[in-house]
Amino acid sequence: MEEVRFHGRGGQGAVTAANILATAAFKEGKYVQSFPMFGTERRGAPVAAFVRMSDKPIRVRFQVYEPDIVVVLDPGLLEAVDVGAGLRKDGGILINTEESPEEFSFGEVRVATVDATKIALEHGLGSKAAPIVNTAILGAYAKVSEELNIGKVSLASIVEAVREGAPAKKEENVAATKEAYGRVVL
Amino acid sequence: MAKMILEGNQALAVGAKLCRPKVIASYPITPSTHIPEMLSEFVANGELDADFINVESEHSAISACIGAQATGVRTFTATASQGLALMHEILYVASGMRLPIVMGVANRSLSAPINIWCDHSDTMAERDSGWMQFYSENNQEALDLVIQAYRIAEDERVLLPAMVTIDAYTLTHTFEPVDVPSQKEVDEFLPPYKPVYAILDPERPITQGSFGTPEYFMEFKYSQQKAMERAKEVIDEVFREFEEKFGRKYGKIEPYRTEGADVILVTLGSMSGTGKEVVDQLREEGAKVGLIKVTVFRPFPAEELREAVRRAKVVAVIDRDISLGFSGAVFANVSASLINEEKRPLLANFIVGLGGRDVRPEDFREIVDKSFRILEAGRVEKPVEWINVSGEVP
Repeated sequence: MEEVRFHGRGGQGAVTAANILATAAFKEGKYVQSFPMFGTERRGAPVAAFVRMSDKPIRVRFQVYEPDIVVVLDPGLLEAVDVGAGLRKDGGILINTEESPEEFSFGEVRVATVDATKIALEHGLGSKAAPIVNTAILGAYAKVSEELNIGKVSLASIVEAVREGAPAKKEENVAATKEAYGRVVL
Repeated sequence: MAKMILEGNQALAVGAKLCRPKVIASYPITPSTHIPEMLSEFVANGELDADFINVESEHSAISACIGAQATGVRTFTATASQGLALMHEILYVASGMRLPIVMGVANRSLSAPINIWCDHSDTMAERDSGWMQFYSENNQEALDLVIQAYRIAEDERVLLPAMVTIDAYTLTHTFEPVDVPSQKEVDEFLPPYKPVYAILDPERPITQGSFGTPEYFMEFKYSQQKAMERAKEVIDEVFREFEEKFGRKYGKIEPYRTEGADVILVTLGSMSGTGKEVVDQLREEGAKVGLIKVTVFRPFPAEELREAVRRAKVVAVIDRDISLGFSGAVFANVSASLINEEKRPLLANFIVGLGGRDVRPEDFREIVDKSFRILEAGRVEKPVEWINVSGEVP
């Protein structure tokens, strides 16, 4: 079983990203579970969402404490939240930032970065004050999972799930997903 | 049958929709709000032919269901926590009038302190209300149990209302794959509602909800109790028929790896899955431990439970609720079920997961450790023990 944790701010779409990733993994024949941090969500406040995927039915019902992959939608969270908490040593962390991976240190954990905000804005997703980066970051996730061979979900499945799951601007979201896949720095 | 990824609330709503209720009355409350939200959408877009009544409180929601059901139609409502507590007095009216209403409940703690997370205090507080209670382990069970609850509730031998519960967040807001049966399959399993008694039947006019003087009142309560007893058999019949049609097996209790187990854990709801995983690990490590999940809490399956723990040495009942001043509600029922047995296991109660405190694998391991220590000692020093709690607040 592999576990993924998303960190974002209320309104950024972390919960939707988790659901889309779970749907994509499900399309590949995996058993999946996705859920938000069990709490009250307010716009702008730090939120988390989780995905479990497995070849076997998933019975466990507790929070994710030791994720294989962490995805950070908002670089501002790095100072406010311990995004690396419990992260497995052989895992990876994907951060939405314009900076390169060398700027970050999470022990032995592999760091990947992508400027999902820029990609989202280029495709008209959200505004400068509130860019919607969740679909772009999922494209980057496909690449990272492929490279690390952990929590692997193909770009094709993610694109299909984005197309189904995006509430509006479907093709713009798909384009952002595909573009982010090619712009990850690892 | 189609496989869909649904959160627990959606699974309950889709299950209810497939049962074609004619009247839905509900008031939103976290974490069950998505249930009426989704159902009102089904009504608005024409997928479900029903009246959706927007009410001003849960007290009114259940009252509207009673009124509608008494005229002879199938009804549905959903709520949680304080909402269920606000329904309290009317729940007794529904069961006393023998109206087979089905309600979805998202299990959430009761204030104070105010808390929107999971425990079973809300439904346990209604265990004497004359409603049948079905607890779901996962979203599939939520959907399946709603469909079966209608069949059981509406059976002429039963005629009692039923609640189907899902744990707050761990199910209500968790998405996972669910087999959704087709409308045709559900229609074949659950025929259109034919009320046994309805006030709007001009052929057979009756009075409902009338005065019950001391000459009659006890007979009414006795009848409800007899109906609960008969429900046990009806539940088995309906569960069997459901398995034949849909291939998924249900029982009032579900024993898991209890063969040869010295220690048996008793669980309710979504923690059962985590418990089973830990049982598997411990079995691999050589510990003789098993688990019994209680799916039906009312009527309480005392006979099956007695049989299932017959060879166990210690039974550890894990309650996600507390009857303050005594023990967890499940423990009290399990203990009472065993009281007249000549040879019975030692019984211990563990209180976990109140107000959304996570129920983790290590909590199960701790409970199993303590249970084996009880086994070695041959006695229970502390019948009710709280797990993962730091102490009293100042």
